[in-house]
Amino acid sequence: MNFDYNEQQQLLADSVRRYLKDKYDFEQRKKIVSGEGWSRSVWAQFAEMGLMGLPLSTDHGGFGGGAVDLMGVMEAFGEALVVEPYLAHVLAARAIERGGASVLLEGVAEGSTRLAFAHAEKGTRYDPDAIKTVVRNGKLTGEKASVIGAPIADRLVVTAKADGAVQLFVVERAQAQLRPHRTMDERLAADVRLSEAPAQRIEGGLALLGELIDLGTALVCAEAVGAMQYACDSTLEYLKQRKQFGVPIGTFQALQHRMVDMFISLEQARSMACLACSKADGDPDARAISAAKIRIGDAARHISQESVQLHGGMGMTEELKVSHTFRRLTALAREFGDADHHLARFAAL
Amino acid sequence: MDLNYSAEEQAFRDEVRGWLRANLPQDLREKAESYQHLSKDDLMRWHRILAKKGWIVPAWPKEWGGTGWNVVQRYIFDEELGLAGAPPIIPFGVTMCAAVLLRFGTEAQKKRFLPRIANGDDFWCQGYSEPGSGSDLASLKTKAVRQGDRYVVNGQKIWTTLAHYADWIFCLVRTDPTLEKRQEGISFLLMDMKTPGITVRPLYLMDGGHEVNEVFFDDVSVPAENLVHEEGKGWTVAKYLLGYERMNTGRIGESRRQLARLKEYAAPMMGDARWRDRLSRLEVELTALEITNLRFLDRMRRTGQPPGADVSMLKIKGTEIQQGLTELMMEATDPAASDELAQAIRKRYLSMRKTTIYAGSNEIQRNIIAKMTLGL
Repeated sequence: MNFDYNEQQQLLADSVRRYLKDKYDFEQRKKIVSGEGWSRSVWAQFAEMGLMGLPLSTDHGGFGGGAVDLMGVMEAFGEALVVEPYLAHVLAARAIERGGASVLLEGVAEGSTRLAFAHAEKGTRYDPDAIKTVVRNGKLTGEKASVIGAPIADRLVVTAKADGAVQLFVVERAQAQLRPHRTMDERLAADVRLSEAPAQRIEGGLALLGELIDLGTALVCAEAVGAMQYACDSTLEYLKQRKQFGVPIGTFQALQHRMVDMFISLEQARSMACLACSKADGDPDARAISAAKIRIGDAARHISQESVQLHGGMGMTEELKVSHTFRRLTALAREFGDADHHLARFAAL
Repeated sequence: MDLNYSAEEQAFRDEVRGWLRANLPQDLREKAESYQHLSKDDLMRWHRILAKKGWIVPAWPKEWGGTGWNVVQRYIFDEELGLAGAPPIIPFGVTMCAAVLLRFGTEAQKKRFLPRIANGDDFWCQGYSEPGSGSDLASLKTKAVRQGDRYVVNGQKIWTTLAHYADWIFCLVRTDPTLEKRQEGISFLLMDMKTPGITVRPLYLMDGGHEVNEVFFDDVSVPAENLVHEEGKGWTVAKYLLGYERMNTGRIGESRRQLARLKEYAAPMMGDARWRDRLSRLEVELTALEITNLRFLDRMRRTGQPPGADVSMLKIKGTEIQQGLTELMMEATDPAASDELAQAIRKRYLSMRKTTIYAGSNEIQRNIIAKMTLGL
């Protein structure tokens, strides 16, 4: 039993954190968000650090990293509210590798080929099997909704049904029509329309999709822990510094106890992120991962809401990072299934 | 990162589990299963079985009978006791009084009291709270006046758990009422419960059970040699004990057993999504607490440092979960049922409301985290 990162994991997490501290503070992030919505140089730097191919095998320019290797990176991304669609890229990369189509991985570990993961559709909510996109004669027709990172992707991993069974395909983005937008937490996304789009099928089907969703869920848990850490840190600092009635508001017991409950929520969530990430590789432990997402969904809601409330009016403004953290946590609480969805799955397993 | 127990730890768990299966008396196991009251004889019988095996005081130094287990092994042991439904090891002697004597006691005090605690010869209780001093413990008023080689004690304690079983009581008493810094006027005193002037009066709680008492002291004469640490240093002793108390309040094993029992007992309810979701959330919370607890243990093992104030969260979460489980169990009883088990389950719900109040109320635990961990 051991809850530490190994030396390599710690080094990677530290270097990512250092880089973000230096080049991705709240002001720099603002410029990225108000501009194109992502930064080429940041993306290139992530690739330089070896992040893009992290979960790929060494054959494909990667490091054969598992969820625990990615965990520290995701935590750091959560803390800095990174908007570059990293998770979409690595999940799609994992899909292509596991699906045996490694020829399509060229440039992926270098970050020069960008990937996105196009699965969700309007009305499917969190049911992986409910999609309506179909494959006919090797071509895909259907509509994917709010695909994170699609506007800047070169290739999309797309789910579609053949004879009622879910299969996975790779589609060149140029073959799809995109309607780009920003998500509620300021990430680049697009609705993706496919009409008879040429596609290459990869192996795996619904089982691989389930694996990818479980891995994504575990990594979202880690990202949320990073964001919650920031929300707690900034709230605690605010309680110590903000004065009313002549004293710091952190001297009021009503607020102290709420801060303590946020802190406890964070620690409970962190424990569950450790559990999820250590059970997400190979054959993922779906029950453990759902349990983690339930706890993290609840904690994200609790901590984000309390962090805004305890910051008072300032917490509502765009000017403070805590409101952007609120937006990210609200999105992460629902990504790959909200607490209700995972409660149903947890009980059924 | 590896959340699994090592092969050695797993083997240790198997050893404990196997021994419990063979040595926990069936009638005691059944009493726990059916939520029946445990008598003093039940508690002491189990105490002696563990003592005979050499497992009654794992945390003590080896020279006094400890097992030499590390913190993780001790946690596994406690968890297995809970999972097996073993009677509780009453902490006042083996955990609390012993911890104080080992840290602050004289050689003579250790020799006199420790072996008798381990053997189960003396049953101890804790005299801390008073009618006017609950969370604000340092305001206590029970007075001990030095007269030659004795103290004369007058006053009253309350919420004294199992005082009606006890041979001895360890007490916080006020030896100097004049000091401005009131903590410095407190001393730690051991008293034989048979001493003339000590009266125990039961307090029945809302489940009808007799667990706690009021203890009255009327000119009780106590030999000065029963003072632990120096006069006026009782608060130091009490604070030392606090950290000890909190590490073991998660009660993960016991809650795991209750959860399994609940799923079995409430099987007909599992089809109701509203009810099932509440159960699932509790299970998730318990899993999270278990891992949080292991993270604390891992930290203690690596750093060799005593637990920090943040372990107060184990008490908060552990008791909230215990209450959540007993509440769901109560709700699972058929509202029309009046059988013995249903009645026992309802009583248990009533009784478990105490857990968030005792051993430092959960509000006090939050104060501790706010001050010590968060710096508020």
